[in-house]
Amino acid sequence: MHTHTYDVLIVGAGGAGMRAAIEASQRCRTAVLTKLYPTRSHTGAAQGGMCAALGNTEEDSWEWHAFDTVKGGDYLVDQDAAEIMCREAVDTVLELEKMGLPFSRTPDGRIDQRRFGGHTRNHGEAAVRRACYAADRTGHMILQTLYQQCVKQQVQFFNEFYVLDLMMRDGHVAGVVAYELATGELHLFQAKAVIFATGGFGKVFKVTSNAHTLTGDGMAVVFRRGLPLEDMEFFQFHPTGIWKMGILLSEAARGEGGILRNKDGERFMERYAPTIKDLAPRDMVSRAVYTEIQQGRGCGPDGDYVYLDLTHLSREQMDAKLPDITEFARTYLDIEPYTDPIPIQPTAHYAMGGIPTTVQAEVLRSNTGVMPGLYAAGEVACVSVHGANRLGTNSLLDINVFGRRAGVAAAEYAAATSSVDLPADPAGEVTAMLTRIRDGDGAERIAAIRDAMQETMDRNAGVYRTEDTLNQAETDIAALKQRYRNVSVMDKGKQFNTDLMEAVELGFLLDLAEVLVVSARARTESRGGHSREDYPQRDDANFLRHTMAYRDGDSESIRLDYKPVVQTRYQPMERTY
Amino acid sequence: MSAATTSAPAPSAAAPDQSSGRIPVTLKIRRFNPETDAEPHWETYQVQAYPKDRLLDALHQVKWEQDGSLTFRRSCAHGICGSDAMRINGKNMLACKALIKDLHPDKPITVEPIKGLPLRKDLLVDMEPFFESYREVLPFLITSGHEPTRERLQSPAERERFDDTTKCILCAACTTSCPVSWTDGDYVGPAAIVNAHRFIFDSRDEGTEQRLEILNDKEGVWRCRTTFNCTDACPRGIKVTKAIQEVKRALISSRV
Repeated sequence: MHTHTYDVLIVGAGGAGMRAAIEASQRCRTAVLTKLYPTRSHTGAAQGGMCAALGNTEEDSWEWHAFDTVKGGDYLVDQDAAEIMCREAVDTVLELEKMGLPFSRTPDGRIDQRRFGGHTRNHGEAAVRRACYAADRTGHMILQTLYQQCVKQQVQFFNEFYVLDLMMRDGHVAGVVAYELATGELHLFQAKAVIFATGGFGKVFKVTSNAHTLTGDGMAVVFRRGLPLEDMEFFQFHPTGIWKMGILLSEAARGEGGILRNKDGERFMERYAPTIKDLAPRDMVSRAVYTEIQQGRGCGPDGDYVYLDLTHLSREQMDAKLPDITEFARTYLDIEPYTDPIPIQPTAHYAMGGIPTTVQAEVLRSNTGVMPGLYAAGEVACVSVHGANRLGTNSLLDINVFGRRAGVAAAEYAAATSSVDLPADPAGEVTAMLTRIRDGDGAERIAAIRDAMQETMDRNAGVYRTEDTLNQAETDIAALKQRYRNVSVMDKGKQFNTDLMEAVELGFLLDLAEVLVVSARARTESRGGHSREDYPQRDDANFLRHTMAYRDGDSESIRLDYKPVVQTRYQPMERTY
Repeated sequence: MSAATTSAPAPSAAAPDQSSGRIPVTLKIRRFNPETDAEPHWETYQVQAYPKDRLLDALHQVKWEQDGSLTFRRSCAHGICGSDAMRINGKNMLACKALIKDLHPDKPITVEPIKGLPLRKDLLVDMEPFFESYREVLPFLITSGHEPTRERLQSPAERERFDDTTKCILCAACTTSCPVSWTDGDYVGPAAIVNAHRFIFDSRDEGTEQRLEILNDKEGVWRCRTTFNCTDACPRGIKVTKAIQEVKRALISSRV
């Protein structure tokens, strides 16, 4: 067993992880562990932009941004966190520009801004130009720029090191256990502070914009260690995924003037959100798309999609502002967006829930107590700045604002504390898990279980849910977890055993699918991304609170608790656009 | 060479699956297990695939249904993360951007690891030498003096000047298609030059002199033989050879 010692460990090298690394590595001995290479992280797939009230193209204010974030999140947002994020957004964007991020520019050379869903002027009057962007490659540019800064600062990366467990001793973080993909060997990384920045878990669904590797590793690792997961029932379905494939077509397409149309050619969003129409928040647009399909106004032979129509935009505008998504349509659908509308359907996109944290990115182990030395930032975390529904662009903002905060806080914590001894038999559980999978001779195959999980989650825990569908999903997941005990892999080797890695990932996904379903069933209301057909109204009296899901002791069952929402200046109102 | 069979109950690979529109596809994959094999060898697999499927989907079919030990990298599956550059029918592409219908599926589709980087297992190579070259060209914004309080100004035309090379996803398709890179492992390679270009032609950057000096080295831009393999291989459509020529011109004229 190899042992390494650092002050701060960062798990995950997407936007949040690298932003944290830039801070922590200036202050203390820091290492970043990623199961990929840093530039493969899914931050790079983000397209449309990053909102900040720069006011470069029209009047704007961070407070309007905060209001939109709270309303967009259907009032489940912790308002202190949203205020911090929206206030710090301006400096965060400027900081990225100074690092070299090649933003698209206004004629006078400033960072250009464009419209995005749910972002409005003066508390909902009209859409506002708030999203700073680099064509439709904003996430790519952020990921590249942060990696460039890490190269400049000589940040130490351990690439293709897959973190499988969190080491703790006497209620303090002691480090992590990592599996080196190249050799199949385990490494103990001792550290004073650990930051999880491992992203989301969209692969519980079949139709998703998420990468194959987004398997909720960090969430599952801390959950298995008895720490809570917050608001896991809130999963965002982005309205414009490529039909059947789920590949994301940015909301920027509608920010630039694109229109959703049903089979009659009708701009149906006018009926659902008369003021901002196609730029309503994603939960509302996704429900509208499903409603159109359910009521027989979907397109195609099976009526199972609607169109994203860009044909009225100029070719110059498409080429300059939306080059990548138009290329996706050409590559994967053989469709020319200049002349033809693009078939779309909602696609599982973003986890609003995750590891609960304070605004300093400290991980909570209860409603009020923090886990000393443990931090989380980005999609893996739930601060909660997104509440029940994240506004477009706020994820790229989240990773930068709270990634930076996590890096600073973890480094300061490490400077003020001494390291914790490793627990007895630190890699025992990981070794047992890997041995069980690698040496198992069960007949169950990873792909079959994963397909069945994704099928039931798509059908029963998607845009619309009911008690019955969620019960079905829970039954299915429980049966799949049983089958998973008999899973075996075909690759029995040590080096680059991606078969084994996929089996571990599937185990994480099954745990998280169950938490999602159990949390969703208990929330008998509809709010943001959680729509219960059997409880169509928002119920502030009973559910203006966060779900906290715990693994109940050593048993397999899940215990739910609830945590109050932080309200500062905004009282819940009816959510219309 | 061994021939794996299609997993039951898939229809016979010989006939198109009329009901679903899937077609039989033969994949000829270069395999290498470092724990058991002395040399790489070819293996053949049959799958049923939709013409619009990605090659990556077909590779997943093999891995998930026939042989779990088949090893390759992949993540986003839509051409953004740069994980799955491979040599497909003899040309470097991303497996997630190569559609079956465009790969002459009436004949076996060959799939090999990209060339010129140390082979580790099956389609997976050691990327470290590639990233080492990338790091050599100082791929980050270099500035001096006080930072402005607001953003640095840059006109749309100045921004456009280096737009093409900002698209790079570091997949290595270009560098590992370059005959010079195959024979000279020390050549910095097209991808590193692309990333140098991205800063050399950025109006905000002040590190041009340092970078040009690095690229003027004997293993720098002058090794380029203008074969355009890199431009053909780039899945992002970057005009790689043109970028290299622009860096050469900057060296000759000592100005950007």
